[in-house]
Amino acid sequence: MNGGNGIAIDVKGLTKSFGGREVVHDLSMQVKRGSIYGFLGPNGSGKTTTIRILCGLLTPDSGEGTCLGYDIRRDAEKIKRKVGYMTQRFSLYQDLSVRENLEFVARLYGLPDARGAARDMIKRLGLSGREEQLAGELSGGWKQRLALGACTLPNPQLLLLDEPTAGVDPKARRDFWNEIHALAAEGLTVLVSTHYMDEAERCHEIAYIAYGNLLAHGTVEEVIAKSALTTYTVTGETLNELAAALTGKPGIDMVAPFGTSLHVSGRDVAALEASIAPWRAKDGLHWQKSPPSLEDVFIELMGRSKDNFQ
Amino acid sequence: MSAVEHPVPRRETRDRFGFLRRSYAMLIKEFIQLKRDRVSFAMIVMLPVMQLMLFGYAINTTPRHLPSAVLLQEDSDLARSILKALENTAYFRFLYEVHDVDDFDNLLKSGKVLFGVEIPRGFERAVRRGDRPALLVAADATDPVAASAAIGSLGMVVQTALKHDLYIGAPPEMPFEIRAHARYNPAASSSLNIVPGLVGTILTMTMLIFTALSVTREVERGTMESLLSMPIKPVEVMLGKIVPYVLVGFIQAFLIISIGVGLFGVPVLGNLFLLALLSTLFITTNLSIGYTISTLVQNQLQAMQMSMMFFLPSILLSGFMFPFAGMPAWAQYLGEALPLTHYLRIVRAIMLKGATMENLRFDTLALAALMLLAMTIAVTRFRRTLD
Repeated sequence: MNGGNGIAIDVKGLTKSFGGREVVHDLSMQVKRGSIYGFLGPNGSGKTTTIRILCGLLTPDSGEGTCLGYDIRRDAEKIKRKVGYMTQRFSLYQDLSVRENLEFVARLYGLPDARGAARDMIKRLGLSGREEQLAGELSGGWKQRLALGACTLPNPQLLLLDEPTAGVDPKARRDFWNEIHALAAEGLTVLVSTHYMDEAERCHEIAYIAYGNLLAHGTVEEVIAKSALTTYTVTGETLNELAAALTGKPGIDMVAPFGTSLHVSGRDVAALEASIAPWRAKDGLHWQKSPPSLEDVFIELMGRSKDNFQ
Repeated sequence: MSAVEHPVPRRETRDRFGFLRRSYAMLIKEFIQLKRDRVSFAMIVMLPVMQLMLFGYAINTTPRHLPSAVLLQEDSDLARSILKALENTAYFRFLYEVHDVDDFDNLLKSGKVLFGVEIPRGFERAVRRGDRPALLVAADATDPVAASAAIGSLGMVVQTALKHDLYIGAPPEMPFEIRAHARYNPAASSSLNIVPGLVGTILTMTMLIFTALSVTREVERGTMESLLSMPIKPVEVMLGKIVPYVLVGFIQAFLIISIGVGLFGVPVLGNLFLLALLSTLFITTNLSIGYTISTLVQNQLQAMQMSMMFFLPSILLSGFMFPFAGMPAWAQYLGEALPLTHYLRIVRAIMLKGATMENLRFDTLALAALMLLAMTIAVTRFRRTLD
């Protein structure tokens, strides 16, 4: 079986439309077992739809593939037993307590000792003392932890996390990611969608999806290397004027302010350098050629895909 | 005036129109939302039309064609004439002709007929001799309205009909005596009719709404998505959502019946266990229908509206408010498709007539069939994916 040992997710040519609008287009991807796979892309790019197809919540219009060795079309019920799916919106019962929510999940999956399993998970999550609190009353960070706990309770082999840290403070985000790495170390495969670049950099592999198309994938280094983007970082004064002057010039695909510096990037090195030449010698501006950041690469990919697909 | 020194700031004039402008903005928004909510929109049209049709056409407090039986202990010309005369009044429709008292009683008890005429042995001869024998008439008075109109019409009708048969010219007085017997509710007390009816009506309303909201609530709160990603089958979701409310409905039924018996003196002549059993069936049927509604609608408001759409005909066409026998055939067929119709017969028969399972087989089967139908629709309609 192709999903037997090395590969957790192996799908080809997934396509899905809603009301005549194609949300996922001919998407193929492979995720290795035990890896953390980051799923990036702008809002409405088809990340959630792809995740829902993988866990059997949506049926693809075309395309095929396996998830944990099970056919995503035929074996949706088997996949559900081995996959933990954490929805984008908090989807545990707000009017049930922490313990009751966990016990509900444990019973649904038929765990032999539902109460015991819930108790252990509460301990693992550090929620001891709050087990009788209603889930709806938890803070955002605790809700996310509880939701993650509920997904991992039935010992899944694959976790699908849809923007798990949206709206969560940095400390809670870091704790959350430490937990994900701990789970991956135990052999779990994790597919996680996110908008945060620092989170993308904590993934073993990433894929970038925009307008339903998978545009780039690989390790962070590979994705940056493949982008063929040249970036200059400019520091100094009057950066606002510079940004306004450079935007739209030939060879300049992107001008983005980063605090006290400005990133100027383009794919065509010669054209880029020709365009910035008049400002290179200007006083008070310090130009430095630098490797593009992941964010530069993604924003450039997004801009390009807009041209190609919209 | 200080207006010269402090000219009225422009903001204030703007605010006066601002009131209208903001109200207008709100109004436009509400209209757009209403337009998008197709079900609510349909309801605005459907509810008044439905009410008008039902009240205008279906409801008739003077019952016609009451299903009737005759206990014929002699087969004489006179007996035939009387029956013919009765049928010609359009009040009665003779469906059964029996020769045995027990059969006669059972027909009334099971609610297959609401009216019975007993022609005793030797009737014709007694009439000819001028003995003024008794013509026994039994009416099911569990619905006093239906019974009284029919009983009231009897004397005159029969007299007119007999003119042509017995004598030339009108008889000086009735050649026989009509002895009407309002069975099960001789005092024609309306609470005897209404209390058992309320058991069914209240149960319909509360049970429907409990489950009609159950699935939509999960969808609206977003919990459905994670529920669907877990290994649970549609039937399991349905059973899990229905069973707790069976208990709730049971407590409710117990309360209403206790109050009916305690405060209104409504008797429970039949078997309490049978009443409990069939009430549970009725509760489950309503819960399944409510659950079916929740799989058909998109939000909780639509669920409430659809429940109303079901509840209204239940009240009007089931025989709760108006005599079932008074409705035209099409309305009676509609009524037969409503669980409340069958439960009303069951609960009235058990409480007031002391009916047994034997008498209630048809209505029990009908309830069970409606329950299974609702459950089947619900399970097939339940979407296992978000497609």
